[in-house]
Amino acid sequence: MPEVTVNGTTTALPSGITVAAAVLLAGEKSFRHSVTGEPRGPLCDMGICFECRLTINGIPHERSCQILIQPGMDIRTT
Amino acid sequence: MTDVVIVGAGPAGIAAAVRCSENNCRVTLIDDNLSAGGQVWRGTSGVVKDAAASKWFGALRAQNISFRNGRVVAADSATRQLIVESPEGAATVTWHKLILATGARELFLPFPGWTLPGVVGVGGLQALAKSGVPLANKRIVVGGSGPLLLAAADYLSSRGANILTIVEQASRRDLMRFGAALIHQPAKLLQALRLRVSLHGVAYRAGCWITHAEGSDNLQSVSVTDGRRTWMEQCDYAAVAYGLWPNTELASLLGCRLLGNAVAVDGGCCTSVTDVLCAGEATGIGGLGLSLVEGEIAGFTAAGEISAAKRLRPRHEAEKRFARKLSRAFVLRPELKTLSDSGTIVCRCEDVPIHRLQASSSWREAKLHTRCGMGPCQGRICGPALNFLFGWEASSVRPPIFPARIHTLLAPQTRGRRE
Repeated sequence: MPEVTVNGTTTALPSGITVAAAVLLAGEKSFRHSVTGEPRGPLCDMGICFECRLTINGIPHERSCQILIQPGMDIRTT
Repeated sequence: MTDVVIVGAGPAGIAAAVRCSENNCRVTLIDDNLSAGGQVWRGTSGVVKDAAASKWFGALRAQNISFRNGRVVAADSATRQLIVESPEGAATVTWHKLILATGARELFLPFPGWTLPGVVGVGGLQALAKSGVPLANKRIVVGGSGPLLLAAADYLSSRGANILTIVEQASRRDLMRFGAALIHQPAKLLQALRLRVSLHGVAYRAGCWITHAEGSDNLQSVSVTDGRRTWMEQCDYAAVAYGLWPNTELASLLGCRLLGNAVAVDGGCCTSVTDVLCAGEATGIGGLGLSLVEGEIAGFTAAGEISAAKRLRPRHEAEKRFARKLSRAFVLRPELKTLSDSGTIVCRCEDVPIHRLQASSSWREAKLHTRCGMGPCQGRICGPALNFLFGWEASSVRPPIFPARIHTLLAPQTRGRRE
């Protein structure tokens, strides 16, 4: 099981899951804050709505529903 | 050898790829998702229970087809080039024949609280479950409209979810009429029956809809009404969508004529642009059967096998008749236009509430004044809602059709766009 870090906490998670799934498994419900500061989470889960975007390995605005977790990944909600 | 490029690896794209490849074309299949199958066959390529999926994945594997993971951000029908962005960078793909099988997305309608984390799409929650989110014992309300509600609820309950209720906005009368009409489509009637049986014990409420989602930082409950009485359901997730909406952005960018909200095609699946074909949900919502037969037709046409394409026309017509019945049964009720209160956000990217839109007379005007539809999703979510709420049409599509990296934008092919 690959280890990934979600908001600073490292956990081992099943391989083959998406980053969005990893964030929900880590207990986070809000993935990002909107332009007026509302918490948001996944909506479409097919790469269209951009609501699940967050920062992966320092790269902002990554769509967490379209990316699989990799060992050592650093995932941060925004 | 003809180079056929197919955008979208759902059922229509797979069927098109197989028919092209069998008829001596060199096929490149491009999809934004991590593997082929689209939304309906997501995650089934490994363990296949669906007979049609098993058949088509098998046929796909038997052919020498190159699969490319990435999103198309720009395209030019004059130079016959697509710009595809993937984690590895941007690449140019050139076609002799291009088949658009870009599928559909869910139609979301705004209601108070719909932006709370925990309110997700119907296909959206199904996809989350398939991508690794455990839903055992989670309390879920499934709401909105269309057959996907039943299919998704069936899948979610097979994953141990506690489906509290399914609320379908279509009236019981319209659904009964649809049920009777289905007797001429035994395969589909059985499909519907199978869903009913496995959802034994779950309340399927026709003529009901979700009016509010409540919670502070995430979803706690939804309010449901039958038009007279309103009640609350405490839940962990609300899966809500009002059917599907064709993905036509790439077709529009290439200059293909649209008919209503879908790409216009002739009987051979050719669009108004030379050597650009379109198949599946992008030509109009019709489900798996229609997508497969259109994919086959588009594949045969692109490969020059015109008589083979023509032989599929009776099946194509039968599937289109079924699609028309389906859309009549699940027509959206006018009450859904008045769910929002003045502060309800319509454009989730730019947080534009409905009261700021009501002064505008077109989406274009609203964009100029409020930035509605100008965020990362580029109006893919609010656009269809605005069409339902106000009758607004999408304005012109310009590249990049998805947010792209600066290196991609600097590629000469991206800049040399058609005006």
